[in-house]
Amino acid sequence: MPTQGEANVDCVDFVELVTDFLDGAMPQEQERRFVEHLAECSGCERYLDQYRQTIATTGELTPDHISDDARQHLLAAFKGWQRQ
Amino acid sequence: MAGAHELPPDEVLVQRLRSGDEEAFALVLDTWSGGMLRLASSFVSTKASAEEAVQDTWLAVIKGIGDFEGRSSLKTWVYRILVRTAKTRGTKESRTVPFTSLLPEEAEATVDASRFRSPGERYAGHWAVGQEPRPWHLPEDHVLRGEVRELIAEALDDLPPRLRAVLTLRDVEGYGSQEVCSLLEISPGNQRVLLHRARAMLRSRLDAYASSPDDAHAGGGERGLR
Ligand SMILES: [Zn+2]
Repeated sequence: MPTQGEANVDCVDFVELVTDFLDGAMPQEQERRFVEHLAECSGCERYLDQYRQTIATTGELTPDHISDDARQHLLAAFKGWQRQ
Repeated sequence: MAGAHELPPDEVLVQRLRSGDEEAFALVLDTWSGGMLRLASSFVSTKASAEEAVQDTWLAVIKGIGDFEGRSSLKTWVYRILVRTAKTRGTKESRTVPFTSLLPEEAEATVDASRFRSPGERYAGHWAVGQEPRPWHLPEDHVLRGEVRELIAEALDDLPPRLRAVLTLRDVEGYGSQEVCSLLEISPGNQRVLLHRARAMLRSRLDAYASSPDDAHAGGGERGLR
């Protein structure tokens, strides 16, 4: 258990650092403390895991569609422009 | 990211588009328009307006494909035109989304302070008793997965525009941090703050769906305190 200090990573800090961690955007020392906390805290381990699941689920979103009218209009515009 | 792998490489694609290959145009149109619609809706006020921005972008692409120099990927080039087009539209609709600086509320904590032990308490800064994240039961059945996706899609629509723009590009479209910063003209730090906040909001929507109150006591044996 790290001793108290301002560079210490507690749960309250951990939850705000998750995206920095996943992006690999942390200073080395902070990352070390982050991983140290992760290894010792099941609540934060679960939080990180749920964060990953959230990102994965967002990545599964099926795309929206433009309307068929818009699509036809654009296909016709492409054809028209090429003929010019 | 849907369909991204089915497209031919840029140089082939650009060549085909320039030579008037309608099939190639239909392919990029169908592959990218969905993501473009989502991104455009971060800048304008209605779905109809977002669709018009997407249409205007494609028209500009049709006319400008001869000028594409290949300095970025074709998709990034198209997205740049889209961001410009949608921003202009948003300004006319008085819905500007400046990314240059963070709003005060965007820099706030993403998890409620009441879930942690207060300063001065023993184990200050740790999850308060009973406030640790509860286990999730996310369905694996594909019909129910559809339900989960629906939930995420709704949550995404509810996000404030700036958060939605960043999250759409990063987590739906799969763009890297650098490309998103360049597309939206924001600093890497601000981009991460917005992304983090957006993800946290989506996580809590999933949490409300996937963690049943019955599990509230299940974490009792694992306080997270050592
Ligand atoms: Zn913790």
